Amino acid sequence: MSNEKTTIIQPEDTDKQYNTLNLGPTHPATHGIFQNILKMDGETVMDAEQTIGYIHRAFEKLAEHRPYYQVTPLTDRLNYCSAPINNFGWYLTVEKLLGLTTSKRIDYMRVIIMELARITDHIICNSVVGVDSGALTGFTYLFQMRELVYEIYEEISGARLTTNMGRIGGFERDFSKIAYKKINEFLKKFPKVLLQFENLLMRNRIFMDRTIQVGSIAPDRALNYGFTGPNLRAAGVDFDIRVSDPYCSYQDFEFDIPVGTQGDTYDRFCVRDAEMWESLKIIKQALENIPEGKYYMDEPGIYLPPKDKVYSQMEALIWHFKIVMGEAGYPPGELYHSVEGANGELGFYLISDGGRTPYRLHFRRPCFIYYQAFPEMIKGGVLSDAILTMSSMNVIAGELDA
Amino acid sequence: MDYAFVLSQLNEVFPMAIKESFGSYGCETMVVEKEKIRDIALHLRDKLGFVFLTDLCGVHYPDSDLPFAVVYHFHNLEASLRFRLKVFLTAEPFVETLSDIYLAANWMERETFDFYGIDFQGHPNLIRILNVEYLDYFPMRKEYPLEDPTRADKDDRFFGR
Repeated sequence: MSNEKTTIIQPEDTDKQYNTLNLGPTHPATHGIFQNILKMDGETVMDAEQTIGYIHRAFEKLAEHRPYYQVTPLTDRLNYCSAPINNFGWYLTVEKLLGLTTSKRIDYMRVIIMELARITDHIICNSVVGVDSGALTGFTYLFQMRELVYEIYEEISGARLTTNMGRIGGFERDFSKIAYKKINEFLKKFPKVLLQFENLLMRNRIFMDRTIQVGSIAPDRALNYGFTGPNLRAAGVDFDIRVSDPYCSYQDFEFDIPVGTQGDTYDRFCVRDAEMWESLKIIKQALENIPEGKYYMDEPGIYLPPKDKVYSQMEALIWHFKIVMGEAGYPPGELYHSVEGANGELGFYLISDGGRTPYRLHFRRPCFIYYQAFPEMIKGGVLSDAILTMSSMNVIAGELDA
Repeated sequence: MDYAFVLSQLNEVFPMAIKESFGSYGCETMVVEKEKIRDIALHLRDKLGFVFLTDLCGVHYPDSDLPFAVVYHFHNLEASLRFRLKVFLTAEPFVETLSDIYLAANWMERETFDFYGIDFQGHPNLIRILNVEYLDYFPMRKEYPLEDPTRADKDDRFFGR
């Protein structure tokens, strides 16, 4: 035996024990193009930093160079999982600028579509939470239902994902008989499937163990971080713009605001799930009470004239041209209008100088603001919990980067 | 609580700080001295219940004496009251940060810096957020064209762009 002592070399700096892990930018678990640089101690996340902007498309700069009509396709591409909400939010902003009050029929039609869009958005978020916790089956059930909603969009606007639906001052056409049939078919089929999905996950021991007390946030922190939508309500704050600042006749409908208590992944899942049932309630009420009337406001100079007149009458052609080119005369003004998007308060801050394009248009994108809290929510947890937290926050890359 | 109460309270605590107050489209707006913005935000959050910073963004008015503005939207959830607060800045724009008062302001200030070059003094990590790091201009300023103006293959003059 030699007398050599074995020495264990201690690292001088404890920081060197940590590993750096890049989660993203194109990782299947991020569900979008954004990067998280995680500082790991074994499986435990010690710190995180987000890098975003990979699909920045300069929408605010583009909007300053486009007539009001041409801004709508930009809003489609913010939260593309619920594009009609963005479209109608933008129309409502412009209608507020113009001082235009839409008729009940238009409001109700919009409400039906917006609630369908909310359901599709929550379908994506909740089923993906299931996938990330290892339960793929629920995803396959629910995604068939999303397909039915996209067929409704297709019937109404001709498009499926980026809908560009409706117009300033109404819709481009009335709901057809087929559209009503498809909506009713969805209302009949969806509750059964949603119930099946709930049975798979809601009281599933594995799912509950994976999600309860994972990625939780306290209500005061959530407010300070600018949380809105289901994420804020999961933390226990009953703030919903549909109720606090009703737009588009939401005051006519009876519905509850589901709230959570812990602000964790399970609560976010449950709040989204309950919101789908509330959305179904709203759609049913809107379908029952939808009044007869025109699907557009009779405001020449704001609403596009019918196509057959554009082809046959000179005045209609002139109006069509002026509206599309932004020469219809928008008053100068400055306003902020927000709608309850599927993942939070979607706001449009618009400054008009009376020109053909907005002078300044700022989108308040909910997930850009609440994604800041992500490092705080995952610190001390394990990597697989971080991924679940991220998917339950419903971060949509298109909205994050505008 | 209504806007008149907030305005009178702020006028009492910060005399002369509020330069202007007007309403437009159902949202009251006040223009304040930029030196007072931190104190006003603290007072709004702690004394008047405006715990929520809805939005923060920049605006560029190239023809004005004070060409930059930072626009804040505050929200009191309990009273369901929103209002807008503006500070106007010189051509070398800087203003104190609110990122420690409202954590939500952190990225919004970075975004405003990224696009308008407004320096938020005291911000912990004021670097570009959406654009690439090596960009050497601030793209949302009005003097920067949307597209490369030397392109000969594209003529969009007639389409409002």
